[in-house]
This record gives sequence, C-alpha cells and structure tokens, in this order.
Amino acid sequence: MTPLLQVRGLTKRYGARIGCADVSFDLWPGEVMGIVGESGSGKSTLLNCLAGHLAPDAGRVIFDTRADGSRDTVTMPEPERRMLGRTDWAFVHQNPRDGLRMGVSAGGNVGERLMAVGARNYGGIRATALDWLGRVEIAADRVDDRPSSFSGGMQQRLQIARNLVTGPRLVFMDEPTGGLDVSVQARLLDLLRGLVRRMGLSAIIVTHDLAVVRLLADRLMVMKSGLVVESGLTDQVLDDPQHAYTQLLVSSVLQV
Amino acid sequence: MIEIRDLHKAFTLHNQGSAVIPVMAGAHLTVAPGECVALVGASGAGKSTLMRMIWGNYLAQSGSIRVGTLDVAKAEPREILALRREVLGYVSQFLRVVPRVPTVDVVAEPLLTLGVNPAVARARAEALLTRLAIPERLWSLSPTTFSGGEQQRVNIARGFAHDYPAMLLDEPTASLDAKNRETVLSLIEEAKARGAAIIGIFHDEAARARVADREVNVSLFTPGAGEAA
Repeated sequence: MTPLLQVRGLTKRYGARIGCADVSFDLWPGEVMGIVGESGSGKSTLLNCLAGHLAPDAGRVIFDTRADGSRDTVTMPEPERRMLGRTDWAFVHQNPRDGLRMGVSAGGNVGERLMAVGARNYGGIRATALDWLGRVEIAADRVDDRPSSFSGGMQQRLQIARNLVTGPRLVFMDEPTGGLDVSVQARLLDLLRGLVRRMGLSAIIVTHDLAVVRLLADRLMVMKSGLVVESGLTDQVLDDPQHAYTQLLVSSVLQV
Repeated sequence: MIEIRDLHKAFTLHNQGSAVIPVMAGAHLTVAPGECVALVGASGAGKSTLMRMIWGNYLAQSGSIRVGTLDVAKAEPREILALRREVLGYVSQFLRVVPRVPTVDVVAEPLLTLGVNPAVARARAEALLTRLAIPERLWSLSPTTFSGGEQQRVNIARGFAHDYPAMLLDEPTASLDAKNRETVLSLIEEAKARGAAIIGIFHDEAARARVADREVNVSLFTPGAGEAA
C-alpha cells in the first residue's frame, strides 16, 4: 500500500511572515487527520496549500491520483489541479456559502458537480442528487429549494453532499462544525464518521475544537506559529501531550 | 501474546516549571493466550498508566511493549490503529461516543469498522445488550443520557463485540449489580476460553480471584522501588 498523500517540506510565507513552514507527513488511505492550533497558527494556510488553493513557496505534495498514479500537485498544470478538485478531492468550507451556489437549488448544487465531471443524463443526475440529499438527511421535498432558505446545519450538510457526490478519495475540511449549534454539530459528526467509514475516505480536518478531533480524527498534528510542534495518534496527543504548547492547549479545555 | 520489557515512563510538565515526574521504571510483564493477569498496587502506583501505555495513548520513554507482532512503543500511528481494530480491545472506565448515536450502533461500531456485514454486526450488538440487561427500548437512544451503570454495560458490550486476541479491562465490574457483574465475569471467562490474553484492573477482589490467573504488583515498577526493596 502507498500513502494517498505525501507532503514534504511544505512552506508558505506571506512576505516576511511565516504561514506554515517545513511541514511533512504521510496520509494513508482511510485515515482521518486532524490539524489543531490556535487562530493564526497556520493550519488554514497549510490546508489551502494542500488543496491547491494557495501556491506554496517550497515543498512537495505528492498525491496518488486515480488516473495517473503519484503526481506532485504543486507543479502540475492548473487545469489538472482543477480537475483533481472536482474528482479525487473535495473541500468543505467552514461557511457553507463559500462552498455552495446560493442562487441554485439544492438539487442543482449537487447535480452541478456531477455535470462538471461529465454526467449529462438529467434523470440520472436528479436521482443521484436525491439519493445524496437523503444520505445527508435533507428531505426530498426540499430538492428544488435554494440553500438560502436552509438552516446553517442543513446548508453544511448540503455542502457535504455536493462535495461527496463524485466519490472523492480525499476530503479537506476547514472547521466543518464551526458556527453550528452543538446539537447540529453532533449530527454532523455522526454523519461524517459514517460517510468516512462507508466510503473509505481519507480526510484532513482543520479545527480548533479538540472534542471534534477526538471523535473524528485518527491522527493529530498540532501547529503553532506556522510549525508543526507535535503529531501522533489523536488520543496519545490529547492524553499524553509532549510539547509545552500542546500541554497548554489540552489543559485549557473546559470540562463539561 | 503480550510481552512488556524494561519499560520506562516519565511525565514532563512544561507549564509547571518543566517538572519531570518519573512514574515507571523497568516494568516487565508477559501474558499468554488464554491467560488473565490482574494489575494490583495502591492507587497512583501506575496500573492505569501501564494499561494506557499498552493501548498506546501514553508514550513510553524506553523499553518495548509487544502485542501480537507489533511493538506499540515504537509503532507508527497507523500500525497502532490497525492493532486496535483487529487485535487489541480496551474496556475503559468511561464511555466516549458521538452524541446522538443510538446505543446499538455504538456497540456494533467496532465490527462495522472491521467490515462485518451490518446485519450481522447489529445482531451481535443486540445479543450483547440483551445479555447485559440493557432494555430493548433504550437501544435506539444515545447512551449519553444513561445512568453510570448502564453506560458501563454499553461500554463492556462494545468492548466484547469483536473477539479480540488481546484485551485490556479497566475496572470492568465497577458500579454493576450482582447479576450484571456475574454476566461480565462470564464474558471474561469466555474470552479466556477462546484464547484471549487479558490484562485487567479489578478493585473487586472476589472478581479478581475468580478470573485472574496471576497478579502483578505494579508498585515494583515505581521508580526507586528496586533500590528500596
């Protein structure tokens, strides 16, 4: 078995400031990795470099593509990277408005991604869209409604359906449960866990919520000031943190 | 099945003056298939610490922890994850679950993760819940609102869903009534009979006497204990 993603020495600077520096890791098929750290620690910069939304200044991101095997996504031509973004990859934004087309119906939002990879049969697209709305627990009678009429939790679930409909193998998530009520968060966590297991997905989840990563992530990377200060099994990093910053982070969580 | 050699552990508290607290030195332990070893020693002697090091959520400073063919002390995260899926089970004292997930799914999850047919996994989960006297009307509810004893039984059902070749049991009979305690002891005996290597912490002395073949006093692994003795 080969890693799905091999990251080596990934660095992104904003002028003199460091976004993220010298990040290296392997992600294996079916693994969920969490990236935690406070605001400004570089976790979103890293995620955006990995997903091809930002061009890193140095480093390699080798992805095991379905079509052509291992490819460095940093040096591949932009059209190829965009195609990966529609096929093998998915990106779930914190704010569903960044990942959805708010003026298009729920069914259209899901169908659009299918059409982007070549689906043309209207009946087939609609049936697949309905199936996916069901999987993310959106009632079939809302298929023609626009996401602007949905609650925040529904919008987030719709964004997940839109992203997963094309059967990606790697999902990037930026604070997927941020800004949602805790009861809605729980439902979303359950949904994500089930989808990851059933579809054999790999995922990279950026969050500042340690409870979320404990339940979702197999492995954890802790970032501070653009650097990875600690990484390991999720429960090991949370239960026996080695780095001073991780110890501070873990001991700062309020007990419920 | 489980073999621990010359294991050392210290905690470094970076935010409290970088205090280094050695908690274990030269720990060694061997458990054969079908054998149950009870960890004993005063509170704070390191029973749970040793168990967590075997589970892999506490790091070892040095030494080896072989479970099956894997040395947990040096393994990659993904190797430990595979070990936990297939080989090593753990019944902790606390149930940690995604809120709002039905009890029956919580119990079936270890089997589903192994790729067992969902209907088979569910049937196994229901059989265990029945045996552990969780009323059927509760199966579709999340265990987060259950009583302490009920949560403990759900935790045990989950821990015994898959026939792990090695198991860690942290106070499996705590907060259980006589009938449920008897059920749990039977589950442990059945696991031993099928060849599971078990390490347990039992404050319940009668339970320990019944299922444990040997006792290991972890106080002997407390740093400095060797010189004192």
